[in-house]
Amino acid sequence: MGLLDQKFENSNVFVTSLDGLLNWARLSSLWQMQFGLACCAIEMMAASASNFDIMRFGVIPRATPRQVDVMFVAGTVTIKMASRIKRLYDQMSEPRYVISMGSCSNCGGPYWEHGYHVLKGVDRVIPVDVYIPGCPPRPEALLEGIMKLQEKVRAESMVKKRA
Amino acid sequence: MVTEFGKAFIFILLGAIFVALGLFAAWVLRPRRPYPEKNATYECGEEPVGSAWIRLNVRFYVTALVFLIFDVEVAFLFPWALIYRQLGLFGFLEMAVFLAILFVGYAYVWVKGDLDWDKPKPEIPTIKRTVSITPPIESTPVS
Repeated sequence: MGLLDQKFENSNVFVTSLDGLLNWARLSSLWQMQFGLACCAIEMMAASASNFDIMRFGVIPRATPRQVDVMFVAGTVTIKMASRIKRLYDQMSEPRYVISMGSCSNCGGPYWEHGYHVLKGVDRVIPVDVYIPGCPPRPEALLEGIMKLQEKVRAESMVKKRA
Repeated sequence: MVTEFGKAFIFILLGAIFVALGLFAAWVLRPRRPYPEKNATYECGEEPVGSAWIRLNVRFYVTALVFLIFDVEVAFLFPWALIYRQLGLFGFLEMAVFLAILFVGYAYVWVKGDLDWDKPKPEIPTIKRTVSITPPIESTPVS
């Protein structure tokens, strides 16, 4: 726990205004962890390219988990990859978010029934904030997912969560 | 009145204050929840294996030194080659002396055998027998 994080029992003027500032800063610079695993990665790359320009949302692709806020799990998560994803998610610093992109990482997708090697949804190893349906989803869908995540970040608070 | 060095000092001071304020704000605001998996050194999703303090072969040392010397030599050769015509014979002789000195060093290293990268000899596995297989044949006279 930090100096202020989770230290307040109740919300007050100071906390809400600080939350507003922090959340605005965080949702405007959601740095992204590159996790292209399959064909969804192509759509993720397309979203980064000039037509969709994901950077106007402040989403900058980074290659190391230490520098990122959000992980886009784009593609088929094999069981072999699942432990790596878990480990990389562990190495991200809080606040950390996960966008599950495409049917494969949502629920196993076309490998749901007979994919002996595919994890049936990345939410079995890490908590997912936003699911984007599609096989693969268009870049617009990814942008929509980012906006959904921004809504979620806007509602975050450093007040201690009640059980 | 602020001197030119005074301006530089103010610049350095402001820079230090800026960095210190940023780090302090981060220390106040950040959530801090460390645990062993998060603090793992290797950031590739793989589990770190073994120690980072491995021994490097000492032969790399000589090779690196020799490389460094000839790297610098090339760095000197390029500007020399650019103005070679202007320098004339004097420039040529200067560079010849320089190259000769380096070549003596190179020959020394070569003769001393520091450039030989001797490979480790493969160990042929041998079986140490404690009991001899062939029993001593008793010489029996053939009748």
